[in-house]
Amino acid sequence: MDMNAKKKLGLKEKYALMTRNLGWETTYEPMDKVFPQMDYEGIRIHDWDKWEDPFRLTMDAYWKYQAEKEKKLYAIIDAYAQNNGHLNVTDARYINALKIFLSAVPSLEYNAHRGFARLGREMRGVGPQVACQMQAIDEIRHAQTQIHSLSNYNKFYNGFHDWKHMNDRVWYLSVPKSFFEDACTCGPFEFIIAIGFSFEYVLTNLVFMPFISGAAYNGDLGAMTFGFSAQSDEARHMTLGLEVIKFMLEQDPANLPIIQRWIDKWTWRGVRLLTIVAMLMDYMLPKRVMSWKEAWEVYFEENGMALFNDLARYGIKVPDCAALIKKEKDHISHQAWNAFYTAGMITNFHTWLPSEDEMNWLSSKYPDSFDKYYRPRFEYYRQREKEGKRFYNKTLPMLCQVCQIPMLFTEGDDPTLISYRQIEHKGDKYHFCSDHCQHIFEHEPEKYVEAWLPAHQIYQGNCFAEGADPTAPGFDPLKSVLDYWHLDFGRDNLDFEGSEDQKNFAAWRQQATTN
Amino acid sequence: MTIASIRPYGGTPKDTEDKFHGNRILYVGWDRHLMFYAPICFCIPPSMAFADFVAGPLAQAFGDHPQWAQIDWTKANWLRSNQPFSPDGAKSLHDNGLGHKEVLRLQTPDLQGIGGCAI
Ligand SMILES: [Fe+2]
Ligand SMILES: [Fe+2]
Repeated sequence: MDMNAKKKLGLKEKYALMTRNLGWETTYEPMDKVFPQMDYEGIRIHDWDKWEDPFRLTMDAYWKYQAEKEKKLYAIIDAYAQNNGHLNVTDARYINALKIFLSAVPSLEYNAHRGFARLGREMRGVGPQVACQMQAIDEIRHAQTQIHSLSNYNKFYNGFHDWKHMNDRVWYLSVPKSFFEDACTCGPFEFIIAIGFSFEYVLTNLVFMPFISGAAYNGDLGAMTFGFSAQSDEARHMTLGLEVIKFMLEQDPANLPIIQRWIDKWTWRGVRLLTIVAMLMDYMLPKRVMSWKEAWEVYFEENGMALFNDLARYGIKVPDCAALIKKEKDHISHQAWNAFYTAGMITNFHTWLPSEDEMNWLSSKYPDSFDKYYRPRFEYYRQREKEGKRFYNKTLPMLCQVCQIPMLFTEGDDPTLISYRQIEHKGDKYHFCSDHCQHIFEHEPEKYVEAWLPAHQIYQGNCFAEGADPTAPGFDPLKSVLDYWHLDFGRDNLDFEGSEDQKNFAAWRQQATTN
Repeated sequence: MTIASIRPYGGTPKDTEDKFHGNRILYVGWDRHLMFYAPICFCIPPSMAFADFVAGPLAQAFGDHPQWAQIDWTKANWLRSNQPFSPDGAKSLHDNGLGHKEVLRLQTPDLQGIGGCAI
């Protein structure tokens, strides 16, 4: 027997055999029936073989790379746990950013996994099938590593205990949840433009940078490491996002208006979602990386514009919403913190007022807006705190029907007036935070009339604790809603000042650094 | 436009009036008082008199603001769906024409928030 008959395959050959040659034209069933979701969105693909695989990665190589990354990551997570790494963060306030991250992001990752797994099945070309399958596995890995890294914090701090339960219920978490459910209920082509292009390609740096650099700046080795571990996947995802849009545009000129509408919609949906990231960057990191406004200018106004210039040859235009976002960039982080600070009774994390130093930083980063509109607000709240009247807004907010964010955004040209938009549809009134959310609704009202808006659900009686009787004497609806959310009043919520987290962190750090 | 879907899909509105146990949703914002970060979502029986709504639920929601007590109601304006609106305090919300998911804006031209800063 000749053991050396076959020489090793070259990378290119191996790649072709292990990806493209896995697909074939079916004969027992027509191809259109095997891939039934390829037509209903109106996208026309004539030749799947024109798909250029952006990364020539085979499954065996993929497993090898990923296993290496996992090994490194878990070694660091273990060391972090054993050395009480949580006590090295700049300040216990920082940990509240992780609470938001945990209750919002792993669920997004998991849904990204679901979405890409579906695309791995539904995409008719083998190239995108394989790329989507790999991304599906990446995404579930991201969810897992985030949960594992952050589980360390759950041993010591409040608010981490029931992130998945909260993700499905707590008022503000309907924003990220509904964002991804919107994407997952789109057709496969819209999904990949929404997540693969608009989110991963156009906006991902705006998410990554604050979390990963923020973690590094604030001494959080654990979060930093899972970030880096995910970032190498991210590069692949971005490449896929760009390849997919070019492929679709080159296949048929009729695809252009459909794709443009999706880019307009998902850039706006994405930016609205990033409001919370803007707030996190400007208010929740004890050591700031850069301001939201600076990040927006670098990653969208510079890099993003270069991308859109590149796509101009296909007829793609910069989304209309860019003009409003440019005006809003001076305001959204402050407006969001104003909302969460005052709604601090119903949050699963702590809130606080920026210190004098922090306000000065904000003035320097936002010279056109902070001192004029927001500093006076925080000073008034400070005065109330000193008088023992820390303000908590005990009401439920009006929400935008599409982005589901409380109606806290102001008119582009007047930051003192809330932006109200409304229309009637089939005899019912619907309200929006902006023209852009309204346009999204008008295009597919059937979808957005079904929005699960927490404020309305509470009033319909669908959000009380299990077994609660709202007709019983002395029934306390607020308490019952917090119970339904599994939010522990007085421990998970309210101001950072005086919280159990604050006291514990100070005591433990003292123990760790003194005799 | 119609939704892109694999089967005909109508969409079932989640927030129709019949789901609120005889109450109606009413949103109220107080212009230039952004201590209240968003307009407030109320769930109110349509038979309640407008004046009772203002003195009751609305005062409870906004009363923590030092300017609430200073409002001169003869000078206050209302907008309904962004259009001028003159409610009759003695009449019910329903008889004032306030349907389900209506939005009201209270404007107090003499009071523009604490320090005139829209707080
Ligand atoms: Fe991911
Ligand atoms: Fe919106």
